[in-house]
Parts: sequence; structure tokens; C-alpha cells
Amino acid sequence: MDRFLFLTFDGLSRGAVYAAFALALVLIWRAGRIVNFAQGAMAVAAAYVAYSVTAVTGSYWLGFGAALLAGLLLGAIVDVAVMRLVDHRSPLNPVIVALGLVLLIQAVLGMVYGNEYLPARTPFSRSALAVGGTPVLSPYDLFVFATVGVVGAALVWIFTRTAIGLRMRAAAFAPEVSRLLGVNVGGMLTLGWALASGVGALAAMLIIPTELGLHPHAMDLVFVSAFTAAVLGGLDSPPGAVVGGLGVGLLLSYVSGYAGGDLIPLAVLALLLTVLLLRPGGLFAPVTARRV
Amino acid sequence: MSATRASAPPTRRAAVDSTGPGRSLPTLVRHLAVAAGVALLVLMASYQLDSFRNFQLATVAAYLCATAGLTVLTGLCGQLSLGHGALMATGAYTLALVQNAFAERGLTAGGLLVVSLVVAVLATVVVGAVVGVAAARLRGPYLAGLTLAVAVVVPALTVTFDGVFNGEQGLAVPVAPAPAGLGSYFPHERWQLWVATAATLLCLVLLANLVRSRYGRCFRAVRDDEVAAGLAGIHVARTQVIAFVISAGSAGLGGALLAVLAQSVSPGAFGLTLSLFLLMAVVIGGLGRLAGAVWGAFLLVALPDLTHSLTNLFTLSPATAQRLEGNLPLAIFGSTLIAVMIVAPGGVQGLLSRLTRALRARWPAGRS
Repeated sequence: MDRFLFLTFDGLSRGAVYAAFALALVLIWRAGRIVNFAQGAMAVAAAYVAYSVTAVTGSYWLGFGAALLAGLLLGAIVDVAVMRLVDHRSPLNPVIVALGLVLLIQAVLGMVYGNEYLPARTPFSRSALAVGGTPVLSPYDLFVFATVGVVGAALVWIFTRTAIGLRMRAAAFAPEVSRLLGVNVGGMLTLGWALASGVGALAAMLIIPTELGLHPHAMDLVFVSAFTAAVLGGLDSPPGAVVGGLGVGLLLSYVSGYAGGDLIPLAVLALLLTVLLLRPGGLFAPVTARRV
Repeated sequence: MSATRASAPPTRRAAVDSTGPGRSLPTLVRHLAVAAGVALLVLMASYQLDSFRNFQLATVAAYLCATAGLTVLTGLCGQLSLGHGALMATGAYTLALVQNAFAERGLTAGGLLVVSLVVAVLATVVVGAVVGVAAARLRGPYLAGLTLAVAVVVPALTVTFDGVFNGEQGLAVPVAPAPAGLGSYFPHERWQLWVATAATLLCLVLLANLVRSRYGRCFRAVRDDEVAAGLAGIHVARTQVIAFVISAGSAGLGGALLAVLAQSVSPGAFGLTLSLFLLMAVVIGGLGRLAGAVWGAFLLVALPDLTHSLTNLFTLSPATAQRLEGNLPLAIFGSTLIAVMIVAPGGVQGLLSRLTRALRARWPAGRS
């Protein structure tokens, strides 16, 4: 029972990060109908910026801030310098370009920092606190929950309560009409990319210290897991992404706890395959109209 | 539809068939003639080039199987697969297991390689059918995500089941030497080139015929508009599964040939990067044309070689040189892929055919 409890909280902590990363995917999907396959590589790049800043200044928090800023900037740059120029008539094109970005970003990181695992610091201890004799949550887990919670709440606030959020939703929902009403549709799209990339950078900062460390490929499997989470919740639904993220986190935690960590990749693939075969629209999909 | 066809006057049909431009020979004969010409060229080249170039050319042939298969799937049928590296791994590991099983039983005849190759292709076809059936219900990003998961997961499986696949170390592939009839000093690389070329040409002739057949037309119809294709009586899902299975079989053959050339298989060679490389090669070569796959395969072998000689031009510290050597080709591939998608979505072959069309348009005007 102790073990089950521990695995559950561990899974929820991982799941919170997957949820944040899945949320970033959903943000871009809703804004521009693109699944950003370069999200993982972009997030790793931001984490490397944090590593450099922390190495120079010695402060974790300065590095954390730098990673968020780098994430926001990188998202905006990718949209303005690359994605806007791509012919979006075929849905394959943005995907292929995003994959080119993956190759490019990972190669540049490998050239600058080398293809070794670098140690990543945590601001709080990762040893679990005991509640009534059972180890349950570490201070770092609490930090993860708090950060993801704050980011989620901030996104909800931006999209539902601010004028800029309303404009972003309008630009995604009806670009032509919004343009006629004076909304800067291209700018809103860039803002969406920046926000999503910032959230992705945050997720990378949170999950990389709990795994092997910093590496150009550190987010490959995280990306696949988060994509699975986003598909599980339906690519269109932010609450779905959060539920999907927590679900995937729990499942992976149980699999690695009871069956062995080696099986995590296989479990992700099996889950993704099952979801896509049984309910391709995800758990929260609205009834789709016929597409002609 | 068959009724109108039957009612058309037979004489007119024959007349149309025989007067079409470039249609004087049956497709199969034309493709076989081209294949024979290429085989002759490779045969002559194999005596002119040194061992290393022979080996490189053989590697091009192995990659060509995979890129041609991917061209049929992505370029003709419009399905994006990021999992072809994993399918190549399936073919390579199957070949290694079968060859090892033969060696354990003391069977070392060279002809058994054909059996192993066939088994490797069949195994990959089965895996491809499983993924393809799931993929046929998926569109754009969903399909890409699923195949991406396959590409990330399959190399990890070799570590999970290391009893069979021997983990990160991989397996050795025992391959029989060149037949004794060719003389005792016959270079092994030349023999490898011959084997790889024979298998690849067979694969390419089959694919080229397929592209020109009813199936090829169905693929293109499904790619251009699924709803319209469905209304025209094409079974869309079945067509997509067929395309995926054929493509998987070619990728399996490519992987098996790579295993024969390297005489070993390990998961490191078949990671996500290989899948992205294949896609990149196909896009840069030119989607939708088998000739584009040829450019792509050459690029896959030539670019790392070029960057290697490029980094040798500068005096770098060993650590920097090592970092550059592994990553510079990736960076060049990535930025080329982005640039090609933005500037010339037709790839190299698209540019070439545009060029020849422009020349043809100017030529008669210049003479008159």
C-alpha cells in the first residue's frame, strides 16, 4: 500500500509536467492547426540556456527565469522566421519543417555543449517527506505542483479574462473576420507560439532534473508521452490535456514501479495505439461534423 | 465504369495506346531495360572504384530501398511516416537472427542470404501491416505522432528484450564471403556492392511498375482527395494500408541490406535520427518521384563524408572536431530540409524537371 501511495504521488508529479507540456502542444494546435513536433527540442534548448546562466551566475532562479524568457523568444522566432513562410495547404509541410527544426536545434546544442549528459540541479530536495511514517511527497514534487498550477491558472486567466486572450481566441476561431475587426491575426499567432514554447520550456526545466540529466535528446520520450497525453484528452481541449497528462503520468509511474522502467517506452506506444484505434478524437472530443 | 469501357470501340483504344508519347514499349520492358543499363554501369564502376567507394555505393543502394519505399508512401499516397528507421531496424534484426540461426546449424552457403533477405522483408511486412492498419484511420499529425512513437520505442525494445537482441551491443551478422568462382583475390566490398545492387534494382523495378499501375493511380487519387477517391469507388483505407505495407517491405529490405553490409546490427544505428534522415532525404530529393529517392539516398551517404572532409580543412582541437563531426551533418540536413520546404517544395528532382521543361520550351523557339 505504501508503495502504491508513493507511486501515485510520483505519477501525479510527473503527470503534472506532462500536462504542462501537452498544454503547450494544445495551445499551438488551437492557434494554428499545427502539432509542433519541435516542441521537445525547443524546450531542451531553453533548458540549456538555463544551464549556462546558472553556471555563470550560480543562481538556480536566474537560470529558471532565463529558460522561460528563452522559451518565449524561441517560440516567437520560430513562428516569424520559419513557420510563417511555410505553405500550409498541405498539412504535411509544417510537420516536415518542424522535424527539420528538431534536427537543427539538436545538432546546434550538440555542437555547443557536446552530446553528454550534463547534471541538472533542483532548487529543492527530492527526498520524500514522510506523512504518518509513509514517504509521500518531496518538496520538489510540491514545487512542481505549485508551478504547473500557477501556469495553468495564468493561462486560463489570459484566455478568458483579458482582451489579448479574447483576440487570440478570435484570431484562431475566425481569422478573416478577426482581421476585418482590426485584430492583428499574425501577431496573435506569434504570441500563441511564444506562450506555448514558454510553457514547454517550463516543463523541460521541471522534468529534466528528475531524469538522466541534460542532453540534446532529453525530451524525445517526454515529447512522445506528452503527445499521447494530448491525444488522450483530444488535441483541442486544454482541460483534456491536463487530465490526459495526469493519466499518462500515473500509468507510467505504475508501469515503472511494478513492471520495470525498461517497459515505459512500450507502455507509451501501447497506450497511444489503443487511444488512436478506439477513440481517435480523444476522451473529450466533441461530436465531429462530417468532413468533405 | 466497366460498362463504358466495354462499349468503347476496341480499335480506337488500341490506336490511343500505341500513339501515346513515350508509350511505344510496355512499362515493364522499359523499366527492365533501365535496370539492366544501371546494372551494367554499376558493374563497370565496381571495377574502377576502390574498395571504400564500392562500400559507399553499396550503402547508397541499401538506403535507396528505404527512401524509395518512403517516396511511395509519403509522396504518392500522402501518408507521413517517421517510423521507417524502426522498420529498417526490424528488417536488419530479423536478418541477423535468421543468419545466426543458419550459422548455428552449420549452414553457411552464400545462397541462404536470399532466404534471410526474404524472411526479413516478410517480417517487416507483418510489422508494417500492424502499424498500417492503425495508421489508415489517422490523419496528418496523428499519423506522424504514432510513427514518431514507433521510431522512439523500437530501438528501446532491443534493450528491454536483451536476451534476444543483446541490448546496446547488438548482434553480429555472419555473412558468407564472395563465391570462390570469382577468384581468391576478389574484394569483399565489390561482392557486397553486387549483392546490394541486385536486391535494390529488383525492389526498384517492382516499385516503378507499381507506381505506373492501377495501384499507383489509386495512391495518387487518395493523396489528392480522399473523399473524391472514395466516391470514385476506391477503398481509401485499404489503399493506405497497401501503401504502408509495400513501403514497410522496402524499408525492411533496406535495413537487411545495411545489416549485411555492416555485418552487425545495433540499436544506435536505427534511432529517431535515422527516421528523420530518411524523411529529409526523400523531401530534399523530391517527393512524389522515385528519381527523387535516388538523389536522397546519395545525399545520405555523401553529406557526412563531405562534412568530414570540411572539418579536416580546419585545425581544430580533437574534442571540437569530434563534436562537429557528429553534429554538423545533422545541422546541415536540418537547415536544408527547412530551406527546401520553404523555397523549393519539389526538391532536387522538382527543380530538375522544371529546368528541363523550361529548356524544352525554349529550344524549338530558338530554332525556328
